[in-house]
Amino acid sequence: MRLVVASGKGGTGKTTVAVNLAKSWGSPVQLLDCDVEAPNTRLFLGGTMLESQVVTISVPEVNEALCNGCGECSRFCEYSAMACVAGKAMVFVSMCHSCGGCSLVCPTGAISEVESRIGTIVTSSFGKTTLLEGILDVGSTMAPQLIRRLKSLVKSGVPAILDSPPGTSCPVVTTMKGADFVILVTEPTPFGLHDLTLAVATTRELGLPFGVVVNRLGIGDDRVHSYCATEHIQVLLEIPDDRRIAEAYSRGELMVDVLPEYAGLFAGLRRELEKR
Amino acid sequence: MRELVVISGKGGTGKTSVAASLAVLSDRPVIADCDVDAADLHLVFQPVVRERSEFYSGHRAVIRRNICTGCGACRNVCRFDAVGMVDTAPGDSVYFIDSTACEGCGACVRFCPAGAIDFPERHCGQWMVSDTRVGPMVHGRLGTAAENSGRLVSLIRSEARRVANADDRRSIIIDGPPGIGCPVIASVTGATMVLVVTEPTLSGEHDLKRVMELTAHFQIPTWVAMNKWDINPEITLRVEREAAASGAKLAGRIRYDPGVTEAQMNGRAVVETDAPSAYDMAKIWDNLGFQA
Repeated sequence: MRLVVASGKGGTGKTTVAVNLAKSWGSPVQLLDCDVEAPNTRLFLGGTMLESQVVTISVPEVNEALCNGCGECSRFCEYSAMACVAGKAMVFVSMCHSCGGCSLVCPTGAISEVESRIGTIVTSSFGKTTLLEGILDVGSTMAPQLIRRLKSLVKSGVPAILDSPPGTSCPVVTTMKGADFVILVTEPTPFGLHDLTLAVATTRELGLPFGVVVNRLGIGDDRVHSYCATEHIQVLLEIPDDRRIAEAYSRGELMVDVLPEYAGLFAGLRRELEKR
Repeated sequence: MRELVVISGKGGTGKTSVAASLAVLSDRPVIADCDVDAADLHLVFQPVVRERSEFYSGHRAVIRRNICTGCGACRNVCRFDAVGMVDTAPGDSVYFIDSTACEGCGACVRFCPAGAIDFPERHCGQWMVSDTRVGPMVHGRLGTAAENSGRLVSLIRSEARRVANADDRRSIIIDGPPGIGCPVIASVTGATMVLVVTEPTLSGEHDLKRVMELTAHFQIPTWVAMNKWDINPEITLRVEREAAASGAKLAGRIRYDPGVTEAQMNGRAVVETDAPSAYDMAKIWDNLGFQA
């Protein structure tokens, strides 16, 4: 089973749901932090680091001796990552999406590929959970490429929980693809509701089954619940607004550890998910 | 022209609530919502749309099934796992492009021996110029599961500058996206100053460090405001010290205040209500000296 925890709006509690769910899973589970721009999962888990690997993408390198300055590569490149300067092709690595097209279209074979670093993947283990955390290098725009690499490390046969970035664009779509079920975390406020509707549209566009977790129940109003009822969306779990949860979160503590009265919520969520 | 960009690293720290209040406090601003993935500023300002334009960016590959010979050349060159196969008859299949995976590089278009792949422009959303009670607002709406949010952000910023010039306005208040990736880089490059809104949590602290590395990389003067500071005064102090040591200026603290949600429920900026934190936000505006 592959579960994605996503949200639209940031800060609604994706990581809280993902880590508490993993912690209360009982049997071995893989947790992937796909929020590679702001990965926070490990702050809540500690554990033992097993491995750290550098992630690279292939980018073009021009052999100036072979380049005749024909400009075919720069005309082909859709990302403005190649230009012809003073009769020679030049690469702008930060723009490159690593499609490999330029090296294929070059008529003189002047373009080969070299590896360029975009981030790291850290693997750690704590109890029955294996955490795979993607960390995008500061200044890199290649979040989807790093997420794809991270997902390729998932072992089949062990359930995986993927903590998604906020929003609805490429990094989120890349995270959601191939999911068996998506958990959309929201809060009962106007911003929470608006961004939930965007996340629902994205999830439906990808044809994925999903349900909603309402966090901080008690603030705002009941418009998120009415929306879910109208749209026939199941509310899987409600987490009450409780300042003690926010304070535990601030210290990097897990709700299921320090506020045992909430442990049952996540056990219930797991049962709900396993019905599917 | 001066541009103040409100960002956060971690999502949900209160960027939009702060940006809305700063826009209300500023003199003759143009407002820009650059959180195009999940834009919420319009819920505070109820903009009346003046101009609406479609946003096209890049291309997408589309296979014409009646011409596709099923040779698989497209699948061999695609590095984005965007080429799938569909059976048309027993023992016969053609390929198709998954548009949500296609990054529009054009490699398949170029190398299809049958010329079966079209490469139309990609519709990625809309952008609007609107009027609000505090001034003109430029905002966008990325299409569902669409790409190129960075390019839409750049477009919104340049339109905001155009609107400001046309209306003799000198300041642009920008509500930025979370994270440190493509749309954030597009939001902050070349801006006058960045205000990072963070919170006293381990996550907030961790993500603040990353976002400050980014603003240092682009050499943009950076201020830090601590939202909900009283949730954990100890971490607040520690994060403020670290931020100041890394070269940020401290803009102030905002107390934990249910009045922020209350303002949102009523479609108002916090400083337009009598919530206690309105005072904190006004103090931050004063400290920034953005229009001084």
